[in-house]
Amino acid sequence: MLDRLESLARRAAPAGVDRWSVRGVVDDTLHLTVRQDVAQAPSRTLDAGVMVTVTAGAGTGHAATADASETGLAAAFGHARALALAAARHSVFDAPYHRPPPARGRHATRVEQPLAALGLRELHARVAHACARTHVDARVVDWSAGVTATRSEQLIVASDGTRIEQQWSLVTPSIQATAHDGGTTQTRSSAGQYNGYCRQGGWEVLDAARFADDGVRVAHEAIEQCAAPPCPAGTLDLLLMPDQMMLQIHESIGHPLELDRILGDERNFAGDSFVTLDMFGSYRYGSELLDVTHDPTLPGEFASFAYDDEGMPAERVHLIRRGVLLRPLGGALSAARARALGAPVDGVATTRACSWNRAPIDRMSNLNVEPGDSTLAQMIGRVELGVLMRTNCSWSIDQSRDKFQFGCEHATMIRGGRLAEVVRNPNYRGVSATFWRSLAAVGDASTFEVMGTPFCGKGEPSQVIRVGHASPACLFTGVDVFGGAS
Amino acid sequence: MIERPVLDALGDALCAPRGDGSVVSLWLQAEASDFQRFNHAKLRQATHVEQCHATLAVTAQGRRAETTLTLAGRIDADIATLAAERDRLLALLHDVPEDPFLLLPDAVHPTSRDERGTLPTPAQVVDAVAGHAAGEDFVAFVASGPVVRAYADSRGQRNWHRVETFHVEGSLLRGGQASKLVHAGTHWSDTAFAARLDEARAQLALLGRPAAALAPGAYRAYFAPAAVAELLGLLSWNGFGLKARRSGTSSLARLASGDAAFDARVQMAEATADGIAPAFGADGWTRPARVELVRDGRAANALASPRSAREFGVASHGASAAELPESLELRAGTLAGRDLLAALGDGLWIGHLWYLNYSDLHACRMTGMTRYACFVVRGGEIVAPFAPMRFDDSLLRLLGSGLLGLTATRERIVAAETYERRRLASITAPGALVDGLQLTL
Repeated sequence: MLDRLESLARRAAPAGVDRWSVRGVVDDTLHLTVRQDVAQAPSRTLDAGVMVTVTAGAGTGHAATADASETGLAAAFGHARALALAAARHSVFDAPYHRPPPARGRHATRVEQPLAALGLRELHARVAHACARTHVDARVVDWSAGVTATRSEQLIVASDGTRIEQQWSLVTPSIQATAHDGGTTQTRSSAGQYNGYCRQGGWEVLDAARFADDGVRVAHEAIEQCAAPPCPAGTLDLLLMPDQMMLQIHESIGHPLELDRILGDERNFAGDSFVTLDMFGSYRYGSELLDVTHDPTLPGEFASFAYDDEGMPAERVHLIRRGVLLRPLGGALSAARARALGAPVDGVATTRACSWNRAPIDRMSNLNVEPGDSTLAQMIGRVELGVLMRTNCSWSIDQSRDKFQFGCEHATMIRGGRLAEVVRNPNYRGVSATFWRSLAAVGDASTFEVMGTPFCGKGEPSQVIRVGHASPACLFTGVDVFGGAS
Repeated sequence: MIERPVLDALGDALCAPRGDGSVVSLWLQAEASDFQRFNHAKLRQATHVEQCHATLAVTAQGRRAETTLTLAGRIDADIATLAAERDRLLALLHDVPEDPFLLLPDAVHPTSRDERGTLPTPAQVVDAVAGHAAGEDFVAFVASGPVVRAYADSRGQRNWHRVETFHVEGSLLRGGQASKLVHAGTHWSDTAFAARLDEARAQLALLGRPAAALAPGAYRAYFAPAAVAELLGLLSWNGFGLKARRSGTSSLARLASGDAAFDARVQMAEATADGIAPAFGADGWTRPARVELVRDGRAANALASPRSAREFGVASHGASAAELPESLELRAGTLAGRDLLAALGDGLWIGHLWYLNYSDLHACRMTGMTRYACFVVRGGEIVAPFAPMRFDDSLLRLLGSGLLGLTATRERIVAAETYERRRLASITAPGALVDGLQLTL
């Protein structure tokens, strides 16, 4: 489809409009699951279509079609043009004041073992092996392993000469075990029940995830948690490992910094933000140890790219440096809107759509906490009484992204500077505006892990998109920690 | 946008009866949607989406493989694409392990539901918002257009479900407070939309009073139907499915084991006959008109997908693979609307909840935030709005020992989700008066 898209689009495009663009997407996804050593039917998705965008006068309209013929594209252009004309009368902003500059470029995920190199039978065998390793004894009452692999291609062509080709290879392994022992049931996963381990790359991602044998650890930890006492309640020090840090970053830094939220676009659904336009450049978001980057250039991270969906080139940018808030997560359009309101903010390349059938909006891409200089042992050693938590399993935060409560799968007490007993059902709560100021130590590169999620939801119409979060382990002081009721 | 003849043409071309014991099925999810989002009563983004996803599944000798493809909407090209994929899948079955839990329908049940509406054009929507909400801080999302779910298989079954709907969800904001409005249906009325806006304005007048500061603690509270639907929405994710029940990961495990019970007035059901979800699923199973899930406060049936039905040896309800209810209802109680404030007395009126999750799944303990129209009530009178607060409490307790009453009238809350496609689902719920709601932050 993409090979003919440019020529057909140029033939189908309407005359007399200020700008048009087409964004063709072809996603080929294979999903395999083996549960309790029984393989479920392999499922493949071939999702292909085109988003057409037309700017006419003060308005912009979008139309999505899976008919990439000249006739289909012409019909989509007609819809988009009509919407642009309707929008021009009552638009939030005048389209002409943001005109993306022309861009040309290519990008492809660096792949060692291409997805096409493995046949269905061999892939089934790998997943079945991982599943079987997870059933360590009869206390494991449910267990499964799965792999989702996607090859995604995107081509953006615009009337101003823009042509951007990008290809991604994405792999997400998962392992999960539920154990029942002594009247208690506990679930543990390899990196979160919502696939926190997700990377760009080929099948080498499975090796990096230790997919073949990690089920043994997962299962033993589920069993161990069944016998563990409940997590105690109190104001404690909290050491978060990267597979919980990713969620903490996502919910209480990423979403609050989305510029379209700050501009009010999301107030009917995802919400607004406790961050306001006047905070950039001066607001103390966290302690001096907090450095946060938007980095779509990190190879292997889940949302790496060379250009966002408005054609803005990717660049590693500090959003927070030494705890001070510098820039929002907004693309060129949102930044132009903010500047029109008097806020001198710069955008970053992060305007993205989840697929061909949705128009791009401000998203998180790769949002990372930079490593510090503490080893894990040093951070544990400085805690008199605290909890080390791993792997998110529950998240809830208010519509301004301020009051949060998160739960983890696994926790270990820290007593007198040493790891002590495992406790179950750990939770903690806090307020974004103050939580990051309690950051007391940031792990060094030895604690740094690249995580992410395939499931960041936002937007109207709703979009679920892939994002990356890399982080070291981080230590926070004086956190409201508590356990469950069971 | 596909019409019924397209299903028949695709079904005839791809799902002809097969003499080799194999079964080919086709599940279609299509829509032609106009999406418009507004900020400050002005258009932020307008998108027209035409899409049809076809899930083609082949089954033979206990093996199954499936592919979901986007159809172009050109029948000859789509048949050629699907036929090639069907043949590829049939060849691929040799590499697929046998699935002992595979279960196909054993009877042919054709169904058809086709409801046409009067939908607004995008320009009409823009004019309505600009005309009725001009100058106000009105943020809204409008989704409109036909939605199709359809099924065909080589056993000869054909199922068709086409509805034309619009859904407006808006927030009217003033002085840091927000009022929610929903206007959904099949026949657009500019007058009715204006009336919903007027209702939201009236509520905003109450919200304009100085906000009260609440301390963490236990509160008597009234959850409006939309808030109850949020609680039931979270419960739906793993509370009612058979697989979760049997694998020990259900939030209603204690209810199922008899270790806990809701109040005896609590009756829940998957009421497909009364909902907007199709009465058939992707595997060709038709769904019972009604499945009782909670009877007299105690666990009744668990929703069974065909796969779970085979694995656990029970009858299938034709539920989706995730075993989520799509037409969940909670039976009404006896509290009259005019008596609600007096019955609440001193407490909290909670209009909406937001961002719920489990803080302890096995205890069915939930956390989440209050949102939108939430008020402090004293002596049966609304005295002040309150800022969003976090709750953390067990639903087993809230609808168990903490339940004071359910309202006599209910609301059908139509799902507004549009992830990948417009969802066809609803929750029908009354309001609930409870005691001892735990606020934590």
